[in-house]
Parts: sequence; C-alpha cells; structure tokens
Amino acid sequence: MTGASMNPAIKDFQEQILNAANHHSVLSIEGSGSKSWYGNANTHTKLDARTYSGILEYQPEELVITACAGTPLKEIKAALKEKNQVLAFEPPHFGEHATFGGAIAAGLAGPGRISAGNFRDFVLGTRIMDGRGQDLSYGGKVMKNVAGYDVSRLLPGSMGTLGLLLEASVKVLPKPAAKATLRAQISQAQALKLLNQWAGQPLPLSASCWIGDNKGGDGELTIRLAGAAAAVKAAIPVMSSLINTNEVDPHIADAFWKDLREQQLDAFTNLASDQTLYRLALPAACGPLNIPNTTNEIVLEWHGQQRWIKAAGDEVTFAAIKQLANAHGGHATRFKQGIRVEPSLQRFTLLSEQAHSRALEIVQTRLRAAFDPGGVFATSRLP
Amino acid sequence: MNMVTPPPDIAAISALQSRLVSALSPILPEHALLWQPEDTIPYECDGLAAYRRMPLAVALPETEAQVAQILKICFDMQIPVVPRGSGTGLSGGAMPISQGLVLSLAKLKKIISIDAFTRTAVVQPGVRNLAISEAVAHLGLYYAPDPSSQIACSIGGNVNENSGGVHCLKYGLTLHNVLRVRGVLMNGEIVEFGSLAPDSPGLDLLAIVMGSEGMLAVVTEVTVKLVAKPKLARVIMASFDDIEKGGNAVAAIIAAGIIPAGLEMMDKATTRAVEEFVHAGYDLEAEAILLCESDGTFEEVAEEIARMTKVLEESGASGIKISQDESERLKFWSGRKNAFPAAGRIAADYYCMDGTIPRRHIATLLKRIRGMETKYGLGCLNVFHAGDGNMHPLILFNGADPNEWHRAEEFGTEILEACVELGGTITGEHGVGIEKINSMCVQFGEGERESFWGVKSAFDPAKLLNPDKAIPTLSRCAEYGRMRISGGKLPHPELERF
Repeated sequence: MTGASMNPAIKDFQEQILNAANHHSVLSIEGSGSKSWYGNANTHTKLDARTYSGILEYQPEELVITACAGTPLKEIKAALKEKNQVLAFEPPHFGEHATFGGAIAAGLAGPGRISAGNFRDFVLGTRIMDGRGQDLSYGGKVMKNVAGYDVSRLLPGSMGTLGLLLEASVKVLPKPAAKATLRAQISQAQALKLLNQWAGQPLPLSASCWIGDNKGGDGELTIRLAGAAAAVKAAIPVMSSLINTNEVDPHIADAFWKDLREQQLDAFTNLASDQTLYRLALPAACGPLNIPNTTNEIVLEWHGQQRWIKAAGDEVTFAAIKQLANAHGGHATRFKQGIRVEPSLQRFTLLSEQAHSRALEIVQTRLRAAFDPGGVFATSRLP
Repeated sequence: MNMVTPPPDIAAISALQSRLVSALSPILPEHALLWQPEDTIPYECDGLAAYRRMPLAVALPETEAQVAQILKICFDMQIPVVPRGSGTGLSGGAMPISQGLVLSLAKLKKIISIDAFTRTAVVQPGVRNLAISEAVAHLGLYYAPDPSSQIACSIGGNVNENSGGVHCLKYGLTLHNVLRVRGVLMNGEIVEFGSLAPDSPGLDLLAIVMGSEGMLAVVTEVTVKLVAKPKLARVIMASFDDIEKGGNAVAAIIAAGIIPAGLEMMDKATTRAVEEFVHAGYDLEAEAILLCESDGTFEEVAEEIARMTKVLEESGASGIKISQDESERLKFWSGRKNAFPAAGRIAADYYCMDGTIPRRHIATLLKRIRGMETKYGLGCLNVFHAGDGNMHPLILFNGADPNEWHRAEEFGTEILEACVELGGTITGEHGVGIEKINSMCVQFGEGERESFWGVKSAFDPAKLLNPDKAIPTLSRCAEYGRMRISGGKLPHPELERF
C-alpha cells in the first residue's frame, strides 16, 4: 500500500500532507465546496480531494459500491439507478458537483434517514490517509466485519478532522418497488403523535415532513410510504382512516422530497441576511417546542427528530436554542447563516456543554492526535 | 493451548491478589467478590473453552456506582480488568488475565424502562438478548438482532461484539439497533455514547465503541431501538444438487432486489447431522439447502414469497417447500438453530469459525474447505448466514488428542486466510478476542494495527481494559510471521526480527 504502486493523485496528497506537517501548516480538505458553508469557518490552505475520482467496484448482487472520495455523488447515484439500487439514507448534495467524500465527511442524511438509518450505518469500509501520510484501510466490502475497531464508521460526520478520505465502500439497497406520498392538514402535536404511533406498527412508512406555524394551528404533514407494492397499497387506507389525506401526484411528490432534502423549499430559501437556520436533533419523545425568539415557520423531519427553524444569528439566541435542545436530550447546530451573521461563530454544541459527554472531550482530542499527531488537518471545523 | 507465558511468580501473584481483595472488599458485598479458586474457576474461560486462565479475583457489582469504583481502584493500582457479560463469547474475549480482575456485569440485569411510543427500552448490560424481546412482545414490538446464543447472551456483550444474527441482513447489526450506550472509562469516569436524538455532538464515538470487545469502556446501560413485530413470517426451504448453484441462488435473490428477512445455507454434512437430531424433513440428498425467509404484512409476504420462489426455481433448485404455518416455519428453522448441538453429537469437539466473504465467493470457499478437510484429516460442517456471506464452518475434532486440536487450529487459520484472500474478513460477528489475534496480523498492516493502539489509548491510555485481546502487538505479529513463513516469502517485511 506504500511506495511504488501508489496512484499519482494519492502521491500528491501525501506530498501535501507531509509538506504541511513539516511546515506546521494546516490543511482544510475540500471536495467541490458544495458544503463549505457547513461547519466552523477557517482560512487554512485547501486540499482539493477531487483529483482522486471514479467508481472502483460495483457488484449489484453484493449490495456494495466502492468509489474514490473525489467521485461526484451524482455519478454514483447514476450507476446505482441503472441497477435499480439506491443510497437509502438519501444524502443531500447541496450543489451540482458534490462529491462522495464530501457527503461522507459531512455525514448528513435526507428524508429516508428515519426509516433507513444514518450514513454511518451504511459505511462498510474506508481507505484514508492520516496526518503522517500513511495509507490506511479499515473495514471492508462485506456486510459483517468486526475485525479491529470500526474506524470507518467514525468518518461520517467527522468533517475531515481525522484524516483524508481516499475511498469508501458503502452498502446500497434495492430501490423500493412502490412508493406513495400522502398529505394532510393537521397540527404539529397531532402529527408527532401519529408519526410515532405509525412507526411502531408494521407499516412501510419511509419519510415524513411537517411544515407549519410553530406557535400553533394546523400545518402540512407529508408522508412517504415505500416498499412492496402490496404493502404500500394496503397501508394507504390504514393511514387515511385516521386523518383526511390526499395522495400526491408521484412527480410532484418526487420533487417535494428532493427539494426537502436539498433545502430548496421556500421554508429554507427565505433566510434573511441576519438570520441563522438552526438544526435541532431531538429524541422521538419530544413534543412541540416553544423556541424563543424564532420565526413562526418550522420544518419537522424524521418524525420530529430533526427540526429546522430560522432565528437571529446572535450568540444569545443560539445559546437559548442549545439549552432548549439539551434540556430535551438533543443538541442544536447553526446549520446555515445569512451573509451578515458573523462567520467565525461556533456552529456546534460542544461536548463540554452536555453533562455526560464532558469526559469524552479528552478522548476525542486524543483520538484525533492518534490519526493526526502533527495537527495537519483543520480540526477547528468540528469541535 | 500453546500460549507462551512466563512462569508465574506465585508469591508475587498471591500478594497482589491480597492487595486487590482488600481494596475492593469495602465497596462490595461479600458475595460479590470472589477470589478462592473454587469460586473463580467458572470464570476461567468464556464460550471458547479451549483457552483458559485463572484471574486474581472476580467482582460482580450490583450498581453502576460500584462499577465506577472498581475501575477507579484498579486504575490506581494499575491492575488490568477483563469485563464479562454472560460468558457466551466464542473468541475468548472474556478470558481472564492472570494478574487481573474479571469484572462480571451479570448482576446488572434490570430492564430499566420500556417506552412503546418512542420504541425504545433502557436496559442494564446483563439483560439477556431474548429477554428484551420477551418483555416488549405484548406491545407488538421486539429487539431485532438475534444471535444464535440469544437465549443466554447479554446485551452488554452484544454491544461489545456488535453481534448479528439470522435476521441482520434486513434488520441490521447491534450497531444499527442501539441508540445510546452508557459506560465507565477505565479511570472511573461515567460517560454516554450516542443519545436518544438521531445524532450527537462531536465525533460519532458510539460507532467505535460498538464491537470494541470490552477494550474501550465498560458498558453499564444500553438504550435499544425496538421495531414493530411483523404480522407474518414464512420461510422457503430450497434444495440444490450442487453447492455452486446454491451459492449463485443467494446472489440471484439479492440481485433481484429482494432483501429476505433471513437467508441461511447448510451443506449436506450439516443437513445429515441435524436431521438425525431434529427430524425437520430436510432433503438428505441435497448438496446445499437454502432457508429463505420473508416477513412483513400479509400482502408483502405473499408478494415476496412468490418472487423468491421464482428466482430459486430459475437458479436450479431441485426442490422447494414453503412453510404453511408457524409450526412448520419453526420446524424448517429448527435444524439451522440446532446445528451446534448436532455437531456436538457427532464429534467430541467442534471449533466454530466466523469469516465473512463477498457472497459471490461462497461456492469457492466451500470447495476450498472440502480440500482442507482432506489435508487436515478432519471433518467440517458448513452452516452460515449466506445472505451476508458470514460463514460458520464447524471443524470437528477430538480435544483429548492434542494433535487433532493442533490440526483443527491450523485448519481454522487456513480458512480465515482464505476469507481475507477472497476479499473478506477473519471475523463477521464473533470478535477477535484472544482466538484470532494472530490472524489480525494477516488482515491488517502495521499502520492500521498501530492506529488501533492509538484508538485504544484515546479511551484507556494506561492500557488496562482487556489489554491482551483483539489488537496484536507488533512483536506478536513478528513472532507469528516467523512461525508462518510460506513459499519462501517472509510475511511482514516491515518488522524487525529477533
């Protein structure tokens, strides 16, 4: 894995990393830059990860695709589509040229996350380059593998702070045979109650979204059913018997779920220049929250476990939102900021801000040092 | 076992034992601290009985606070600790350390809470896997991962091994079904990995704690996800007159876009051994039998059974039977579930392997194993999770004959090396433990192994928590490499030799 057979792009990565280590400089790994606004801002030298690109292996019957980190996400999805397979957690692109590696580093998931799982649930193996320029491989291409610590699954959401991702093998799934999208006008409290009840029954509920006024009143609940054709067909009357639903035209429905995933719905795009779009990750038990000083409009995804709300971008507002999320067993993030919000503000909830994770701060620091003793990678992006 | 250990200094060990017992006595009730050999002997091994060692003492705490105190005391005294669940592990992960303490979590066995609305249960680590499903059955829910040992194995052990089971192709491993793990670090600090929310701040440390074989933290509480119990399950039993056709049928089902609830395979030797034991009506002439399960709503199952039957027929199945009711479904499964006891009936001992390979190489590996049976002069039953390529060859031997055990070990090692060569792994779900520690030298290079020690040190810098398991030292791999020079090629040329 070293020396002679090394791919020129990887050799170039190694030179950049060793050079940075020698000069005590810091590298910020970037793909297409489609998600460069996510995470803490930095001005470090960019390492362009796009030069190592391409699908390396795809055997549909193995349900695994292996690709270089620089591969465009749309290339991967096109290859899967041809074989009627999908990335079930629906990673958002947030840009035309989003890369596979960037999607993994951000670790974000779309509407399907509530039924299919998180990005890390699907990662089977990775090849990375650490801060010493070492070429390392973890996990593999098989579904079950417990040899060695599961370093691969630490990478989704690590924002490039552990190492440079070179390749990854990800589990894929067959495209559901049938889909249907239903819509109803109900209150937030009623939506949260129903969604959790349905999730506890053998129904093919694959995604949900509620958009409405956070101060009360009805909003629009959209749910997606996906699975065997007979199961989807049988579920529609079960759900419609409880609330008055309309079935949404399949093309309109597909566009809606895509726009939700890519945050292209009006609720996301009308962010004012002094506002921040906050993301709250919350337990299933969490009912409607009275979030102080926010706009009225709220978007709930993942049966209410992911909520999006716009509010002023100042520190006091974020502190109040963080405290509220913490009090309910979750956490909050400054996801997107308007152009007049100070870019250098801390975007995340810190481990030290949560009672039972304080002792993990030192663990996390030592873990990063194990992969990057010289501090080559821009760890400030994710505290 | 040919474990190379220096001769123990009996006086020094006895002095250390006295110091440890005096330090732990004030915090534990008398019955929760064992050190007399007659009391500690049941703890000398786990489910891998061939590897045994006596510990200094065994502590059986009854509260999380006691776990934390025990760890803090051992940390201050620099005494290694081996955590232990139900002791059903098959890789020796809970084998004691002569100069260490065994920390049994067996008395932490309360189900703390069940929440039907959020589909979660909070349980202590000593709760048995099956006990969770039993406790929530009246709510129409269950805990999905179902390792074969589920009647006895504990959820704390499942977390540490990232256990799977026959239904994990569709429902995932322990990793996919646990939201939060509360535990204690070696220095006695109580921490939580993950949360009830869909993600947590910072790096995803829950992901690395999963399957960490008791080397990073001691688990004191687990929050599991519960899923809706399917309304119906039916299984297809398909016979094949050729192993290759059976292996190809597995790939064909997946390629057709079907994820069965279970997809298991047994070879002829296994079928014959279990049929004698369970009388399930297996086709004794078949070279391979596939069990292919569908679960879900009545409509889903009907649709999926029809699609799977068609694929199996097209793949050349010589016989197909579909379970007509629940009792028949359980009968079809009975042989698969009883493969281990059946092996125990036809041979004095058996050695269970756990490699995983890409599905398309199933037939290749089975053919190679046939060759190895002749080479080592030992029989082997093959029964496995075909859907995810996780093989469980059972090597039959007589443990009373040291030469047979030695051959069985060599046989097993060759199977694991073949798994790595075919693009797979040395362990799918049983863990590395002490058993496969040498094979880790084959699967990983020096850089990866060094980084594993970095991960270990991040949680446990003093390397006191189950330190001799799962991750081989450089010198161990050098020693192993020296013993296994093959074809004139020296493995691990990067290592210094001594």
